[in-house]
Amino acid sequence: MKALEAEKPMEGSLTAASFYGEGGRFRGLWGWILSTDHKRIGLLYLFSILLFFLTGVSLGFLMRLELLAPGPTLMKPQTYNALFTLHGVIMIFLFVIPGLPASFGNFFLPLQIGARDVAFPKLNLLSWWVYMAGACLALLSLFTGGGPIDTGWTFYVPYSLRTTVNVPLAVFGVFVLGISSVLTGINFVTTIHQERAPGMGWFRLPLFVWSLYATAWIQILVTPVVGITLLLTLVERLVGVGVFDPAKGGDPILYQHLFWIYSHPAVYIMILPAMGVISEIIPVFSRKRIFGYKAIAFSSLTIASVGSLVWGHHMFVSGQSDLASVIFSLLTFLVAVPSAVKVFNWVATLYKGSIRLEPPLLFALTFIFLFSIGGLTGLFQGALATDIHLHDTYWVVGHFHYIIFGGMGFAFFGGLHYWFPKISGRLYRKKPVFWAWVLLFVGFNTLYFPMLLLGWEGMPRRYYDYLPQFQTLHVISTLGSWILISGLIFMLGNLLYALFRGGRAEANPWGAATLEWQVPSPPPAKNFETVPHIDRGPYEFKSTGSPSRDEKGLPKG
Amino acid sequence: MGGERDEKGSKIGMWLFLLSEILFFGALFVLYGTYRYKHPLDFHLASADLNRILGALHTLILITSSLTMAISITALRKRDRMISLLALAATLLLGLLFLVNKGLEWSVKFGHELYPNAPRLLSRPKGEVLFYGLYYSITGLHALHVLVGVVLISIVAFLVVKKRIDEKKMAPLENVGLYWHLVDIIWIFIFPLFYLIP
Repeated sequence: MKALEAEKPMEGSLTAASFYGEGGRFRGLWGWILSTDHKRIGLLYLFSILLFFLTGVSLGFLMRLELLAPGPTLMKPQTYNALFTLHGVIMIFLFVIPGLPASFGNFFLPLQIGARDVAFPKLNLLSWWVYMAGACLALLSLFTGGGPIDTGWTFYVPYSLRTTVNVPLAVFGVFVLGISSVLTGINFVTTIHQERAPGMGWFRLPLFVWSLYATAWIQILVTPVVGITLLLTLVERLVGVGVFDPAKGGDPILYQHLFWIYSHPAVYIMILPAMGVISEIIPVFSRKRIFGYKAIAFSSLTIASVGSLVWGHHMFVSGQSDLASVIFSLLTFLVAVPSAVKVFNWVATLYKGSIRLEPPLLFALTFIFLFSIGGLTGLFQGALATDIHLHDTYWVVGHFHYIIFGGMGFAFFGGLHYWFPKISGRLYRKKPVFWAWVLLFVGFNTLYFPMLLLGWEGMPRRYYDYLPQFQTLHVISTLGSWILISGLIFMLGNLLYALFRGGRAEANPWGAATLEWQVPSPPPAKNFETVPHIDRGPYEFKSTGSPSRDEKGLPKG
Repeated sequence: MGGERDEKGSKIGMWLFLLSEILFFGALFVLYGTYRYKHPLDFHLASADLNRILGALHTLILITSSLTMAISITALRKRDRMISLLALAATLLLGLLFLVNKGLEWSVKFGHELYPNAPRLLSRPKGEVLFYGLYYSITGLHALHVLVGVVLISIVAFLVVKKRIDEKKMAPLENVGLYWHLVDIIWIFIFPLFYLIP
């Protein structure tokens, strides 16, 4: 873990020749928020998403603080209800769903397939504006009407129809966010079909692109279902048509079905691009062609399709038919197969590779470890009998955070460290990343593992108060949240420092073979001087030269 | 970045959008199917209250407007801008006529105190309440789509006048046409489900 930073500060402007220097028709801030350049839009998303992530983290931190002791500690029960709802809404709809596809996907999809931009640059900018509009509406709902929502992020009827808080505006905000998601999905599918450079066949696509492709299809096909469900909830609140209101004959279970038809596949919108990032990082840092390219590519599509048919496993105790539960349980176990295919292929890629434990790989390996725990704990809930015990307990909270934070979150950090030199043209110090990782890893497990135990012992989720017997584990968990947050601050601080003081990054510091590393860092506004012709796969390292070496001839780092 | 490739790209994008629209309405049809299965008799009785003549008129108007839309596209492809514009204007008028007709139908129902949450409606069996709930939700959302279509048709008509759309650059007109046909097709499903099935 030797620091890679260059000693001398950069002379001249680092970014004049890159896309940072060309704002198009507008100057300054307008050159960003009205830019149709996919790289600028990717960064707009990246910063908005990071902002919402930190907001969500703060809310989670406050919740953990409240749970330090039984009974009222910091806040009133209603405040706590609002906190866990907002934590869920912000994290899910504003951070994890758009997290990887909209930020890194926007920035790197065109670069990785050798394109000048996405298929519809203006639509792409519109997506960001719609995303921000949805976010503003959701935030506005906190201060208007009956105040912050307290329904949980699922907006379950009939409670969401009865509660006096500002459900309509919040639900409409999420509906608007859904539109943004569909537009991005349409843009990406069309881009991957239409904009590939000559010679970039389907099986020469980097696996990140494959994962974006599968994700985009889910976005197009299932987001409209939750869109109409939320719209109906809104209409129900405003004029009372009755389709979900049991008092008028409506069926709340149907709401749950329609909600989870989207919201379960949404978990794959979150995790598939994360798996794509891992599939990029692992071969680069093992300097080995990825094992089972086609298996990984097709398992993305399999996860997307089978994963769209398992929503009923959220409803095992809702009163749906037993037959439906059995079928959903079986299908749920089936999704574990393509997920395991990916994990085995990653491990097989590492086998006998020339492994360099650089920061991105550190996060990727952590992903595999935490995601495996998350996946295996998921099987407990997928089984009908054990689910009755575990349903709506902290077990589910623990499982979900292992999958989404341990999975998507750590893949996001991995991607951030993998692509940081390309995006910013700067190098970060590696030693602080290692120590930040130690804090993150220890903090993460201290925070979430006790949740699995709490749930196993019967602590219900979303509760403001708890029995004294649960206190020890709650205290450990809260302690973990402090360690985790200090790790986050340390990690982001290191990147922020590098953004201003880091040494200049060359085009290809990791010796990667995908196209984005064959252009200067940061990339020029037009991406490629001439249209590239592709004559090899994305993980053929022999042709790329070695990663940067130090004076002793050893790979740096 | 050839023009032809862009045209193909925008067609793909439009088809993907239509696919998402189908799922958008699809969820509503799922609700309709489930509730009809639960309350067959109530749905039957409520459906008898709808005016079939008015429903058939809706259908006639929309199908004719799809025809004029297709005529407009074919005419422009054959470089006959005048016919194309006339057909677009006809489509626009038919779209507006549909909305007027729809408004008429709704206001008659409102007059009979069959609007959502009306005490008279709520006093009826639950299946009938659901029927009207779905009727207003689905036809309302559909009418909203017709309204968006009318706006889009006005925009492309303006672009055809300005010669920003011509036989070499057809994609915007064709895409609006596709959208219009989808709105038409959705009505083709709404009509029998609400007005015809006994």
